Amino acid sequence: MNFDFPEQQPVQLPANIPAGCLRVNREQWLQTAKALHDANTRLLALWAADDRDRDGCFRVYAMYLLPETILVVEHAIHDASNPMYPSIAALFPSALRMQRAVYDLLGIASDESDMRGWLRHNGWPETLFPLRKDVDGSAHYSIAPASYPFVTVEGDGVHEIAVGPVHAGIIEPGHFRFSVVGEKVLRLEERLGYTHKGVAKLFEAFSQQDGHRLAARVSGDSAVAFSWAYCASLEAITETPVPLRAVYLRALALEHERLTNHLGDLGALGNDAGFALGLTQFSRLKEDLLRTNTVAFGARYLMHYIVPGGVSVDLPGRARGLLLKQYQELERGVVKLRSIYDEHAGIQDRFREAGRLTNELAERLGAIGLVGRASGIACDLRVDHPWQPYDKLRPKLITQAYGDVAARVQVRFDEVLETLRLCRALLDDLSSGPIQVQVPIAEPDRMGAGVIEGWRGPVIVVLETGRDGAIRRCHAHDSSWQNWPLLEYAILGNIVPDFPLINKSFNLSYSGQDG
Amino acid sequence: MFDVLSRIVRTGILTEPSASPSIEALQKDIWGILGRALTIRQVDAGSCNACELEIQALNNPYYNLEGMGIKFVASPRHADMLLVTGPVSVNMEEALKRTYDAVPDPKLVVAVGDCGACGGVFGTSYASRGAVANVIPVNHTITGCPPGPAAILKGIFEAVRSTFSGVHR
Ligand code: SF4
Repeated sequence: MNFDFPEQQPVQLPANIPAGCLRVNREQWLQTAKALHDANTRLLALWAADDRDRDGCFRVYAMYLLPETILVVEHAIHDASNPMYPSIAALFPSALRMQRAVYDLLGIASDESDMRGWLRHNGWPETLFPLRKDVDGSAHYSIAPASYPFVTVEGDGVHEIAVGPVHAGIIEPGHFRFSVVGEKVLRLEERLGYTHKGVAKLFEAFSQQDGHRLAARVSGDSAVAFSWAYCASLEAITETPVPLRAVYLRALALEHERLTNHLGDLGALGNDAGFALGLTQFSRLKEDLLRTNTVAFGARYLMHYIVPGGVSVDLPGRARGLLLKQYQELERGVVKLRSIYDEHAGIQDRFREAGRLTNELAERLGAIGLVGRASGIACDLRVDHPWQPYDKLRPKLITQAYGDVAARVQVRFDEVLETLRLCRALLDDLSSGPIQVQVPIAEPDRMGAGVIEGWRGPVIVVLETGRDGAIRRCHAHDSSWQNWPLLEYAILGNIVPDFPLINKSFNLSYSGQDG
Repeated sequence: MFDVLSRIVRTGILTEPSASPSIEALQKDIWGILGRALTIRQVDAGSCNACELEIQALNNPYYNLEGMGIKFVASPRHADMLLVTGPVSVNMEEALKRTYDAVPDPKLVVAVGDCGACGGVFGTSYASRGAVANVIPVNHTITGCPPGPAAILKGIFEAVRSTFSGVHR
């Protein structure tokens, strides 16, 4: 990549995949974004930090996905009394909400006009920016909820439907505001942030050796992806080589996480299309897998499994046979259910054309992960930026072109089958040896990144070390940030009763984006 | 259609005898106490979502929840019990209180997971109120991170028994 300011070249950034960091000034921040946009790169994350205690600056960061590497662009803001930076949302629309979150947490403003609170719902004072170093994050504030200025649509026969934050199901909270004519959706506006738990601030109270415990709980359905990303960042900073057996077991756990969630979604999608048998059958397969997890990894959900330097539990000898048998049964069941889904006119009628996200829109808005792949975006970090052991495994890239619910269902079916292949290969190549090494305490003021393709899409952790094993700053990012805004487009022209189905086909994380 | 039927027949009935005999005894108790089904409204007050996934798992065929007379309902107004996961985020505090108020008396609140029980890894902060009991009255807690379906089921039964024994409806 060539920039107009060749005197600056990226410096290497410790990470599990090739990564660089480019330090830029205010003008270059925008120029870089333009150059990267023109080169068809994707925005992976945007965040900021308070470094006034160190050098009087705030810093804002954007991480981009380039064909061979990831690039972190870092911009130091010297005017700490009125910190501002140029918005990149016109180039990368998904940046908008991330920039609003940066303001809520740090009081660093972009020049964007939409400055409505995103994570802050009036639960703490407007002038308090919790992620600043001089703010005590443990204080309580009692402030009455304020109303949120939703954009309204006017016209003959237009009315609004408000849903949430508490939903009529066993799901996460969020608010959806539909503007409809009859049943048809003219506009959807999401309001998220309800599950904001102050994760970024809380990380600063954890030690480097302990931060994986919090990372695993950023989004519980992606515990393996987040804890791996966290550990990868720490291991990259400390240049710790993780034993090969642990690397393979981590990948096995990550692929189990993918299977678990895909199976759950395939069942729920069948159910939302009026086919209860799908839910019964898939939830049974999912339960079988979770029970096998208990034998193989020590728990159903793997919050505890990935630890700095390796994994916490070795695969017991008896697990191998059990796993292989399980994979076989799963494969048989999934193939059968797939043909039932494919041939069921009622299901296909609901799946096809519903919630379509065209490739053009997906490109322009920066879709990523599973949702992107179902709209023809050929991007899977395991394939195009493989880290150990995916460099050896060579997973197959799975895409669909059409971008409707049916396409997102097909991607899940294909990924389940491909993942089963990967799981078998991982077991076949599993070497003996230690499962964990000691990770030394990192030098202070080092930055490193962990980038992992979870079941939804890229999961990113960027870690900055403090003194004596402390965490200075830790940013955990879920790909739901990029894909939530796309749901607002995918629903347009569909009918309200199809929303649960379309929403489920995206199955984005609330907790993961709310932090 | 043949595929569907053959799949049903071949799968057979998966429902297990309750995870432990104590659950069966507890279940009998519930019928004795309530004399009818137990309706539950679940509220995610800020969880990481893994607790929700384990509550959802109660609906899979192994646990036969409805067969035990337990039903998840869509409105708090139809509920006997609120099953709340936490930690209660500051942004969910008001919604949780309103949901609690909407449940008719006598109502039962069960906090699920380490976070709901005591705040878990998140504790209390500018963004988190921690345990559910810091926001609404709680009758019973189920610890675990996340607790498995069997533990959740047992906790639900224990909550009913300890709270409703002696209350005639
Ligand atoms: S108890 Fe554990 S699984 Fe449940 S919400 Fe808290 S962190 Fe998530």
